Amino acid sequence: MNGPDENDILRELCAGQNLAVLATESGSQPYASLVAVALTPDLRHLFFSTPRATRKRANLVENPQVALLMDNRTNHVSDFSRAAAATLLGTAEEITGTDRDRGLDIFLARHPHLKEFVASPSCSFFRVRIDRIFLVTRFQSVMEYHFSP
Amino acid sequence: MTKPCELVVDLNEVTSADLPRVGGKVLSLARLAGSGARVPQGICITTAAYDRYLDLTGIRERLPFLLERKAFAEMRWEELWDLALRVRHLFVTTPLPEMLAAELTAALIVRFAKVPVTVRSSAPAEDSAAASFAGLHDSFVNVQGLAAVLDKVRLVWASLWSDRALLYRQELGLDPATSSMAVLVQELIIGRSSGVAFSRCPGRPHLAAIEAVWGLNQGLVDGDVEPDRILFDRFGMIVERLAPHREHACRTVIGGVALQPLTADERSTSPLSDAEAEEVLTLLRRAEKYFNAPQDVEWTLCGGALFILQSRPITALGTVAAGDERSWYLSLRKSLATLRSLRQRIENELLPAMELDAQRLACVDLTSLDDEALAIEIERRRRLLDEWEARYHEVCIPMAHGIRLFGQLYNDRLRPDDPFAFLELLSGDEGLLAVQRNQALQALAEQVRLGPVLAEQLRAGREPAPDDALALVLRQFTACFGGISWVMGTKEDEAQALINLLLEMANHAPTRHAPDRQTREADYLAAFAAAEHSLAREVLELGRASYRLRDNDNLFIGKISQQLREACDEAEERLAQREIAVLAELIGSERMRVAQRTMANSKPFKNPVAISGSRRQARQLVGQPAGPGLAQGRAHVIRRPEDLRTLKSGDILVCDAVDPNMTFVVPLVGGIVERRGGMLIHGAIIAREYGIACVTGVPHAIDEIRSGDQLTVDGYLGLVTIDTSAHDRRSS
Repeated sequence: MNGPDENDILRELCAGQNLAVLATESGSQPYASLVAVALTPDLRHLFFSTPRATRKRANLVENPQVALLMDNRTNHVSDFSRAAAATLLGTAEEITGTDRDRGLDIFLARHPHLKEFVASPSCSFFRVRIDRIFLVTRFQSVMEYHFSP
Repeated sequence: MTKPCELVVDLNEVTSADLPRVGGKVLSLARLAGSGARVPQGICITTAAYDRYLDLTGIRERLPFLLERKAFAEMRWEELWDLALRVRHLFVTTPLPEMLAAELTAALIVRFAKVPVTVRSSAPAEDSAAASFAGLHDSFVNVQGLAAVLDKVRLVWASLWSDRALLYRQELGLDPATSSMAVLVQELIIGRSSGVAFSRCPGRPHLAAIEAVWGLNQGLVDGDVEPDRILFDRFGMIVERLAPHREHACRTVIGGVALQPLTADERSTSPLSDAEAEEVLTLLRRAEKYFNAPQDVEWTLCGGALFILQSRPITALGTVAAGDERSWYLSLRKSLATLRSLRQRIENELLPAMELDAQRLACVDLTSLDDEALAIEIERRRRLLDEWEARYHEVCIPMAHGIRLFGQLYNDRLRPDDPFAFLELLSGDEGLLAVQRNQALQALAEQVRLGPVLAEQLRAGREPAPDDALALVLRQFTACFGGISWVMGTKEDEAQALINLLLEMANHAPTRHAPDRQTREADYLAAFAAAEHSLAREVLELGRASYRLRDNDNLFIGKISQQLREACDEAEERLAQREIAVLAELIGSERMRVAQRTMANSKPFKNPVAISGSRRQARQLVGQPAGPGLAQGRAHVIRRPEDLRTLKSGDILVCDAVDPNMTFVVPLVGGIVERRGGMLIHGAIIAREYGIACVTGVPHAIDEIRSGDQLTVDGYLGLVTIDTSAHDRRSS
């Protein structure tokens, strides 16, 4: 009945989950989509990829501020007490050149099967600089992490 | 052998292979019955029924909500009790699904519809050679009618989650979520005399021991009836017979059992003759031989026939293994009779004696003592305080079980939505000294409020003259309630601290929460048949006394500690003038004790390994909802006693533990957040008296929250939300 502390939960969540829900905004309308993600070990940066014609990319061009949700729910009732969810807030930017190469190394180490997808000229690659993370555990316990700029 | 899905099995048909589904108690009895011993007939409701109940009702999914709210290791026993009460209430208020009830009814109806039965636990993990769960789970004696039997079956299931069982499982590394429970429904044998027999006498393993009482075994098992003891050597010769002062027997009454006075004949006669004792010894030896291990056997003698009710292996040959806390866990249950006598002892002996001691000490003119005599006086007062504190732990703390006894009775009968609704019948007690003290303070504050000149004078830091009316009342207050300086710092600061408090109270008139005790009491009594009213009233009165004493006895101890402080203050005054070795050493250790005590029970905050480059800040903390209400305000974190002096009305009090001697500030505060958990801790009791939002059991509250943070205290859901933006703005 005892669990690891919040920092361990957060690290495990960020290192262990393949997917995150990405929230972008179009005008005043929020928009959510599921994306494959990978984070740097210090949790300061997150990478994801999307085809250029997607709604989310258009939104990001308009407003780079994003929120992402990562969680370890299993779709069982026990999720209410055992699942952890992290909301990550930050700013997304499309990266190229050596930044992109470094980011891709991290991203493809996690998602090797997406190699062809990200290599496509029609695909853009994003890095999110994370400012804050809100971690929810035990249903309602909330811890904030503020990253210095 | 039963099939895994079979819900019931006849005691006579149980085989060794059934152990995982019937538990050790049932299997032992079945084996004894098979060997020819006289065992009351019974039916085992297997663990399959427990599992099906959990699955069909959704309880299995709901349990983690309760259990995983807080790390088990961080819970105090009071919190575990709260948890166990919530779990039990879940079972009490969740009926058996129709199909399950129908199947169990069909199995029980033929033999047990019209006869009194016992409903007993038999958990598969129970009573192995390595662990004894004896007494940790519930059993019910003299249950009549199928509906009542099925109700008790649920209560036996729920006892798998009692605080004592949870603690013991934790110690053995067993997970209650994967544990299960079988129940034995057995014909009740109303014995003339009953008892327990040990093939190795506890503490004297070369002897066998029989304990015997008149009537049923329950009184002996609960510790309410002192038994006759008969000791045998290994040749079967009686070597000792100990007769207690025989007073009561446990006998059947409507719906259960009760202690009843013995007849004159019974008082003067042993419940077991030598010949009968030898018969019990023979039975014990048979069980020992059969199981090839020392046994602890429960028996009853009825109409000349000796029945065996239970046989289990003696763990560690009756010696308490190092670190085995089972006896302590067992003490978490107190019977009505024990509590009744505890109450008498506290109210009639302990508190008056404490008061007398405090008065005697107050009569000593400390200024007339020379240094050596003062040192002796300080040591005497310290010894006295230590003695009283030890008696407090031994007698007063167990009295808190009166609250749980009442709570359980209330919940079983009224089945309210809120498992803590019973507290409404306990709060609003005019005999609560903390409330009387607060009323006296409020009266003083009223004088200040109505006298603007006086208030101005006090605000300007001018203390009232010694012959001033307020000064007189202040002195009376201190004499009556033992002062408030214990937590307010040094004596010189006390008057000013009290005046500051009064000025603050003058601006803020608290209102006492007034539960409608009469209506609630009537609703409570209406749930009982007329014949049960006297019992219902007695348990309520006991609950109220327990609730009141839980707070009051601390204030009595406070009076003794105040007298110790007076002597220490006298010593300090002398030390300020000159060096006095004999006093300096004493005072040093006394001051250290006070400082340590203020922060007692607080585990050091282990700041977890940070995530590099980040600042970690709690946004919402989860505790237990201990006082309903929603409050917002500025956090005032208490780290040292003197932090109380700067408390402003409307602040949210954030502390490690609200000491009983600091509850006088509670009427001022907007809400309470406390690290120490439980519905019955002093902070929660006093918060409910004033209808103040209170969340307890918040881990590391004083480390996660800073003074000045804006807090929302949700006393309904047990949440504390922290808005640090004001702080952040100041620091940026």
